[in-house]
Amino acid sequence: MSAIDVKGLTKCYGGKPVVDRVSLRVDEGEIVGFLGPNGSGKTTTIRMICGLLTPDAGSGTVLGHDVIRDSLRIKTQVGYMTQRFSFYEDLTIAENLTFVARLYRLHPVASEVDRTLNALGLAPRRDQLAGTLSGGWKQRLALAACIMHAPKLLLLDEPTAGVDPKARRDFWDEIHHLAADGLTVLVSTHYMDEAERCHRIGYISNGKMIATGTVDQVVRDSGLSTFVVRGQNLERIAESLAKLPGIEQVAPFGNSLHVVGTDQTALNKAMASLEAESGIRVSPGETSLEDVFIKFMSASNNKNSVVENQSPKDTGNRNGNTGGPARG
Amino acid sequence: MATPGDQPVASWLSTQRLSAVLAKEFIQMRRDRVTFAMMLGVPLMQLILFGYAINNDPRGLPAALVDNSRDHYSRAVVAAMETSGYYRFVEIAATAAAAEDLLARGGVAFVVTIPSDFGKRVDRNQHPQLLVEADASDPAASSNAIGALNNIVTRALARQRSSHVVPDSSELEIVVHRRYNPEGISQYNIVPGLLGVILQMTMVMMTSMALTRESERGTMENLLAMPATPTEIMLGKILPYLVVGAVQVVVVLGAARLLFSVPFLGSLTLLLTGVLIFVLSLVMLGYAISTVARTQMQAMQLTFFFFLPSLLLSGFMFPYRGMPAWAQVLGEFFPLTHFLRVIRALMLKGSHWHTIHGEMWVLVAFVIAFTGLALVRFRNTLD
Repeated sequence: MSAIDVKGLTKCYGGKPVVDRVSLRVDEGEIVGFLGPNGSGKTTTIRMICGLLTPDAGSGTVLGHDVIRDSLRIKTQVGYMTQRFSFYEDLTIAENLTFVARLYRLHPVASEVDRTLNALGLAPRRDQLAGTLSGGWKQRLALAACIMHAPKLLLLDEPTAGVDPKARRDFWDEIHHLAADGLTVLVSTHYMDEAERCHRIGYISNGKMIATGTVDQVVRDSGLSTFVVRGQNLERIAESLAKLPGIEQVAPFGNSLHVVGTDQTALNKAMASLEAESGIRVSPGETSLEDVFIKFMSASNNKNSVVENQSPKDTGNRNGNTGGPARG
Repeated sequence: MATPGDQPVASWLSTQRLSAVLAKEFIQMRRDRVTFAMMLGVPLMQLILFGYAINNDPRGLPAALVDNSRDHYSRAVVAAMETSGYYRFVEIAATAAAAEDLLARGGVAFVVTIPSDFGKRVDRNQHPQLLVEADASDPAASSNAIGALNNIVTRALARQRSSHVVPDSSELEIVVHRRYNPEGISQYNIVPGLLGVILQMTMVMMTSMALTRESERGTMENLLAMPATPTEIMLGKILPYLVVGAVQVVVVLGAARLLFSVPFLGSLTLLLTGVLIFVLSLVMLGYAISTVARTQMQAMQLTFFFFLPSLLLSGFMFPYRGMPAWAQVLGEFFPLTHFLRVIRALMLKGSHWHTIHGEMWVLVAFVIAFTGLALVRFRNTLD
């Protein structure tokens, strides 16, 4: 049985679809990354899956329950970690967890809270007000609160935004531990390294799911080829390269340039002529997930809004002007 | 073109910086529609309420007549009282007991009793008597009407006898019984009313923040993502304020007794029942406001918007009967109006269930209406 199996989920604000016929299938025990630019509909999709928003169209099941009608039953078996810290800042860590434990009717409350505090290393700070915690600790509290009722499905909305690399690493280790025990995880993120830690990823843009699969599959399906250019005066070369046919992206990486394109023959031709110049070495490179996402974002016409999901109502209106014709 | 570095930074007033702040403030003022409406609406509301509705010289006060004389003198007295504008006879009561009941119920402000020998005594100059019982639970409401009475009646009788006889006011004796508050102590009226006002202010204001605080701090999303039903959230949020309300009731009633010696004649059980229903209606109103308002600021403003007219139109600050009919109708839509009648009746008049149950049921209706509104308005999702 799939943990999430939804088809054609649609949500409109002001007549404009923010999420447009999104279908998603996540198997039990899988960690699925949910990627896309700001305002592409990630948060809205997650909120529909956990019953916080009612879809305008679409159907499906979450943990075997109907996503439209059974939202209360879904809520008891899902842990949802919001993008913004949303526990009570004027309560201590232990008080927040006690509140959650009672809402989920865990018994006995005190020992469940102690168990969770110890499991996530929160015990030394149990009596600290949540409002005085740093970003990393707040994130750990939020994770503790949404896994303490032993959910079968974890929905994480950009859980590591504003968290330092060490805490990020610890967080992901924790996620993999949980998944190993059979927990299913759907996590939205902007970080490429996090996407690569997922079993599968889905890329959403302008409310449409435009790519799904493993990282390798997504990279392969993108049809991109990459060359690495090394040599002198790379900045000047980069500008002229970008204008050549067949070249879609030119990105500096330290002392080298990554040149990416879809049209293999045109790209080869451009690289061959470049190599003829003095002091320039061109070698085939690996296309990274980031290259693929930059391509997706360019293709989506820069129409996406700048700020995502502060309020669902904002997403529809913030979109800038129509933008030019699609590049590439 | 001047760069920022060219300008004197230290000048204490730069028109450019000032205009930047001004422009920003105006934009924000325009965006916050509710506040903007309040700034225009509250002065207008105050103007209309203070200007038209409030009257410290109430006229047209309802009165009941017990006429045991039924002659041309008594008719003349009644006619003169009505012509004066202060009295409006709404009931011709058959018996003294029926009139007494009307007074206790609050149906009339006065009971005027004309004795059977009234006419005879007028003719014989034998000190004719007139009995006026006034509901003095609100002393301010009846004092002007009582003050004018002697003059009204004396003139009426003089006209009846013979126009050339100079009226002698000393002949006439008007016996005034100030019921429920014989000494006309205004605290007796104010202090029980204050209980209602204090409860209203704290209960509505605190509960109106209940949901807006959650949304404003971003905790609403989490609360809704967890398995709590709308009823659980509602009850969980309002019940604590019932406890706060209970403490206030004890404090105010204790002070009424110890500091102001306000009499308490009625049943404590009935009073506590009335207070409970009143407080329920208040917390439900506050909760309903919090389902409508989007920010705590808006919730405060809506509370204030409700608070002001209810203070002025409920009969707390100014006599209810002094207001024009439209304002009295408006006043009926505030729980405070009905609570004031209940608590004054219970504390000062020692009323029983059968005289106040009408007001109690109105309070119950408020509870049901506000609860319904809150449950309809509450969204279990972020839609």
